[in-house]
Amino acid sequence: MSAIDKVNKDYRYSAEHEWVDSSTPAKVGLSQIAVDALGDVVYVDLPEAGTTVTAGEVCGEVESTKSVSEIYSPVTGTVVEANDAVVDDPAMLNSDPYGQAWLFTVEVESEGELLTPEEYAAAQDDED
Amino acid sequence: MNTEESKPTPLTAVHERLGASFTDFGGWWMPLRYGSDVAEHKAVRESAGIFDLSHMGEISVTGPDAGAFLDHALVGRLSAIEVGKAKYSLLCNEQGGVIDDLITYRLGADDFLVVPNAANTPAALAALRERTTGFDGEVFDVTIEDRTAATALIAVQGPASEAILLEVVAPESTDAVTSLRYYAIVDVVVNTPSGELPVKFARTGYTGEDGFEIYVDAQDDDGAAERLWTVLESAGQAHGLVPCGLASRDSLRLEAGMPLHGHELSEQIDPYSAGLGMVVALKSKEAFVGRDALAQIKENGPARKLVGLANDTKRAARPGYTVLHNGEPVGEVTSGAPSPTLGHAIALAFVSPDLTEPGTELEVDLRGKPTAFRVVELPFYKRAR
Repeated sequence: MSAIDKVNKDYRYSAEHEWVDSSTPAKVGLSQIAVDALGDVVYVDLPEAGTTVTAGEVCGEVESTKSVSEIYSPVTGTVVEANDAVVDDPAMLNSDPYGQAWLFTVEVESEGELLTPEEYAAAQDDED
Repeated sequence: MNTEESKPTPLTAVHERLGASFTDFGGWWMPLRYGSDVAEHKAVRESAGIFDLSHMGEISVTGPDAGAFLDHALVGRLSAIEVGKAKYSLLCNEQGGVIDDLITYRLGADDFLVVPNAANTPAALAALRERTTGFDGEVFDVTIEDRTAATALIAVQGPASEAILLEVVAPESTDAVTSLRYYAIVDVVVNTPSGELPVKFARTGYTGEDGFEIYVDAQDDDGAAERLWTVLESAGQAHGLVPCGLASRDSLRLEAGMPLHGHELSEQIDPYSAGLGMVVALKSKEAFVGRDALAQIKENGPARKLVGLANDTKRAARPGYTVLHNGEPVGEVTSGAPSPTLGHAIALAFVSPDLTEPGTELEVDLRGKPTAFRVVELPFYKRAR
């Protein structure tokens, strides 16, 4: 399977595998490529509502049976809501990373460097 | 990841068809998981899993001096193994460090099969060949042959293993399977759609469950491994058998408290530190490679010891993380994961010998956050018998 098949075409992506949608406030999540590399997710640590996140900086953690990975915020702004459902049931990230398992929403002040779905997928294929 | 440098096994095409995620492991292109590694792990605990272990090495040691040679080269007394039985042993360097941990099967009076780890097979072969000349300059009358490429290895592990294997063997092999004891090996005939397939069943494993490892000669029959896998998969369906990758193999062995070379064992780690002093035959063997250093380490006591750590969260301690006691560094984590069976974090770590008592409260630095862990008895998980 090439990377483009694992990319949701409606979102934009950071090089660190986070996706962000175009709604207001913006939803942030992890790409399926990142989730597949992690394996079964068992723990998710998210920024709380009201905290400030900065594009390109660590704002949380995702832990799987095999490894732990940091969440980098793709945008700068204030967190409006963290997704408690994914904290309670981290396995949701494996089954629906582009839907129910969004991580948090942000009132965006500015964006980091974001890639189109095609650019993001191409960057992954280059790494193989 | 580099597919050009990783060797395929005789079953790589099967794993691709099953949709596996792959990884390089010890120079081999191996399935990491087929779907959920936690589901694969649980299947082995509750029913059964099937693993491709063809990356493991197979070294044939034959000849009139085979037993005496292995006594010289390894730390255990391999000459005492009965024909048809196996023994876990270590290949140590002169300093007492572990070049590899391996299982040795005695197939005949002068015929042994040594099974090293995939990544260590070249080092194990080189050490064994070098050791064919004994301390007195006498050359052991043995033949050492690398059979790795000619051998496929499939493991069936879990409580349903025996029932599954009984469905695939020829009627005359039934008794051989049911009477096969732990750490024993026997010739068995498997029925496949294209005829009978002679293989060896060993009742060994790396999961903490009952299970079998099946050695298949793939030298003149490169489709044999795939035929066996297919027969096992279809017989296993009704028993809940699932294909399992290396991710679940690692979490299963960790729960069972079994060491993984490169983590709990290495050329810099001696058997006494790793809690494997009982496999070193200091009493029954007067000379073997590494004996002097090992005797010294035993007398002085190791500088650090392997312990099990656990806490009540899912925040796992990972290899390389620092173990703390009252804020001071006292050791290092070698393996760690959230245990799928127990539901909390478990880890193996080397710590100061005075901090190994179960119940001792320690901390692990989880990326800057000191987190409470306590020393627990090993293994973390033991199956009900």
